[in-house]
Amino acid sequence: MAFIPHTPADVEAMLATIGVPSIETLFDEIPAALRVKSLAGVPEELNEMEVGRLMSERARIDGRPLCFIGAGAYEHHIPAAVWAITTRGEFYSAYTPYQAEASQGTLQLIYEYQTMIASLTGMQVSNASVYDGASAVAEASLMAVRSNRKSKSQRILVPTTVHPHYRKVAVATAGNQGLRFEEIPYSPGEGVIAPTALAQYEGEDIAALVIQQPNFFGRLEDVDALTDWAHARGILVIAVVNPTSLALLKAPGSWGTKGADIAVGDGQPLGVPLSSGGPYFGFMTTRLEFVRQMPGRIVGRTVDLNGHQGFTLTLQAREQHIRRAKATSNICTNQGLLMTAATIYMSLMGPQGLERTAAAAHARTRELVTALTRLKGVRAAFQGPVFHESVVLLDRPVAPVLSALASRGILGGLELSEYYPELGHALLVCATETKTAADIESYVAALNEVMQSARTTEGRAA
Amino acid sequence: MRSHEKVIFEYSHPGRGATDQWPSDPGPAATADIPAKLRRTQAPLLPEVGELETVRHFTRLSQLNFSIDTHFYPLGSCTMKYNPKACNQYAMLPEFLGRHPLGPESHGQGFLACMYELQEMLKEVTGMQAVALSPMAGAHGEFAGVAMIRAYHRSRGDLARNEIIVPEAAHGTNPATATMCGCVVREIPVNADGDIDIDALKAAVGPNTAGIMLTNPSTLGVFERRIQEVAQIVHSAGGLLYYDGANLNAILGKVRPGDMGFDVIHMNLHKTFSTPHGGGGPGAGAVGVGARLQPFLPLPIVGRQGERYRWLTETDLPQSIGRLSAFMGNAGVLLRAYIYMRMLGREGMQRVGEYATLNANYLLALLRERGFEPAYPARRASHEFIITLKKQARELEVTAMDFAKRLLDHGFHAPTTYFPLLVPECLLIEPTETESKDILDAFATAMAQIQSEAEQESERVTSAPHTMPVRRLDDVRAAKQLDLTWKPIAQS
Repeated sequence: MAFIPHTPADVEAMLATIGVPSIETLFDEIPAALRVKSLAGVPEELNEMEVGRLMSERARIDGRPLCFIGAGAYEHHIPAAVWAITTRGEFYSAYTPYQAEASQGTLQLIYEYQTMIASLTGMQVSNASVYDGASAVAEASLMAVRSNRKSKSQRILVPTTVHPHYRKVAVATAGNQGLRFEEIPYSPGEGVIAPTALAQYEGEDIAALVIQQPNFFGRLEDVDALTDWAHARGILVIAVVNPTSLALLKAPGSWGTKGADIAVGDGQPLGVPLSSGGPYFGFMTTRLEFVRQMPGRIVGRTVDLNGHQGFTLTLQAREQHIRRAKATSNICTNQGLLMTAATIYMSLMGPQGLERTAAAAHARTRELVTALTRLKGVRAAFQGPVFHESVVLLDRPVAPVLSALASRGILGGLELSEYYPELGHALLVCATETKTAADIESYVAALNEVMQSARTTEGRAA
Repeated sequence: MRSHEKVIFEYSHPGRGATDQWPSDPGPAATADIPAKLRRTQAPLLPEVGELETVRHFTRLSQLNFSIDTHFYPLGSCTMKYNPKACNQYAMLPEFLGRHPLGPESHGQGFLACMYELQEMLKEVTGMQAVALSPMAGAHGEFAGVAMIRAYHRSRGDLARNEIIVPEAAHGTNPATATMCGCVVREIPVNADGDIDIDALKAAVGPNTAGIMLTNPSTLGVFERRIQEVAQIVHSAGGLLYYDGANLNAILGKVRPGDMGFDVIHMNLHKTFSTPHGGGGPGAGAVGVGARLQPFLPLPIVGRQGERYRWLTETDLPQSIGRLSAFMGNAGVLLRAYIYMRMLGREGMQRVGEYATLNANYLLALLRERGFEPAYPARRASHEFIITLKKQARELEVTAMDFAKRLLDHGFHAPTTYFPLLVPECLLIEPTETESKDILDAFATAMAQIQSEAEQESERVTSAPHTMPVRRLDDVRAAKQLDLTWKPIAQS
């Protein structure tokens, strides 16, 4: 029987011990009318060999196209050791470290993770992770409203340069508690928050401002000025950052005069595969003064009865299993396995390897954008500095171009018309250190062919 | 077990690194276009260690853990069953790992087919009309469910319905979720047999009732026998029924939430469908709904048109409660659940509920034989059961926590302790179907040994564990003298 070790003799002995004639008897408290008659919609079982063939076939259908899409999920090299260790049964098949004495491995690893991610973001404390970058923004918004003693409002300013999906998740999650997310437009031509757009909020009661760096377009915001603007008005700053970028870019803790108040983001770039969108993990760090308002698990170092160092879940009075309806969040898990992978990844990278990765990814994207914008009918959408991602504008609709590229095994980027129709035929592209000069060349050549052939077809039609 | 392992930063040496894993140095020109005022000036505190040191450190840390692969882990309410290796291996095929979440449907038909079929299988085993897979944990699924209940009432202009009823024995996530959805929580008691107090329920429902959140079998390890009556009372009052799937393993293939009258459910795929718990996550909290709530499901969902699979969007589901994850929830976890369900098949699904129940009732019988007191002696166990050690606590001053800690010395992970809160000195024990009779016998023997130790030299038990990497930890100090990040000697 699949994954059930019982022999007929076992079953017989067990039933005798219980004192019932059959397994069926054990269900006699369930009203007979409710019993399942059939599960005809579930197929017959497959053995391991059969399921292996099925999954290999499904995987083959999807193939391995050359991917230049970023938009919040980035293909980086993942050292072999990361998942070799992460999938060890002792990590993979353990649970939340409720029994600290039997979970010191997971607990110490979380403590090391908290140290690394707090330092990377330049903040004082970290939790053990939340679901993903989007849910981290939602949780950070709720946390900001709880933490901001100067504000009585539940209003959060969210620039449209923040990932469109993150904005949707924030509304769907925190809107139920009355939070209002007010969108701030970006400067056309520049692709960053328009300082003039903030002026209308002078004198208003706002709980927090969300700033994504690099922003969804890959553009770098003037984080110092924005942070100081917010703090001067009693508004907390929620930084949304790409962890790889932080090897190069100013950490949220150093933004402006006082630094951001909460830093969040998706940890996926740190050793987590793209995997159709998950599982990833959301990281969340803050100032020590706000730690009791932070949701999620937190690990602390302490001592045992013999005075030896040990690690344990702490500040649990914030959490649902203690506080129930008054908890900081209903979250009951973290993305433990992904956070484990990221901790191993950050250890293998160290400060130098992570900086090289960021720099190489950045350089590749610049090479890509430079080559693409040399093509006829392709130009840059925005002027100004970016990090490893950029928007280009085509002289024709993007969807047919992308689909022609896809049929050649190239995923040419993300079409933006659904999210930013005002940009026209806009395409968000990204290369990382995983792309070679030859990869970039083949993308550029393919795009050139596709655009040319489209022009030829148009020419004939005219 | 191993004992102490240094914190990784204590292995660090400036200039050391796993250089083979890094890209080649692109030089300073690579980033010359990033303005100085936006740059980082101080390197982050990441360890500088070689590959072997890293591998050894994290392997050693892993050896400080109990896990399903190494130990019996009867953590009640968590369904710590074997996570088949095939599920992991085939979910980690390079094509699946490399697939970008925003990649075109043309390069995702294999993945989408798996997701679509997973939705269909989950509908069948739960008796629901439609399923959405994106919630990323049980609590996240609860959120989606209650948000749908609210959206449903609002869509009908029924704005007063903001009360969520939960039994007092409910998981803490239930009331916390209701709060997150902007609802007010009303707790109702259960009677001495563990069933809901029907009179209290009748008194609680009314024009403000949004719904009730129930786990069945309940957190008390027994089946709610009057579930049809409960459904009738709540529905008559205009409320909806939410099924918390925490205990679905108990009834898989035997009875379906949809047939019990539930309008919306979440399933913990990391419990019932055996995806890994990963040291605390990732989970997956797929939701299922009846026809009334179908328009409100969270996005994305996979649809099928002819032979092609595609994502359903806001255009297809304009009343959706929206998006709860940046992309597609914990997609890789969903693949593992899909593989597991295909391996079990129709009959395997039914065996899960049967053998989980057999194992729980057998272990309960063994413990009763050895003098332990069940919290609900007149009831069948579901897939889990509660024993209360209040007598031991009173007469021997040995608590449930002491038993739990001493079990670690016997090589067993402790059951869930002190939950549910209304049973004093309790252990909530869930063996799962993947454990053999031998293991259950050994666990019962260990419990009996601890009992006699408690009677003869209780100090051995109250000071346990003795063989773990650490002794009992000072939790008060942990919360008062916060040490949440490692600091170099110079700063600490």
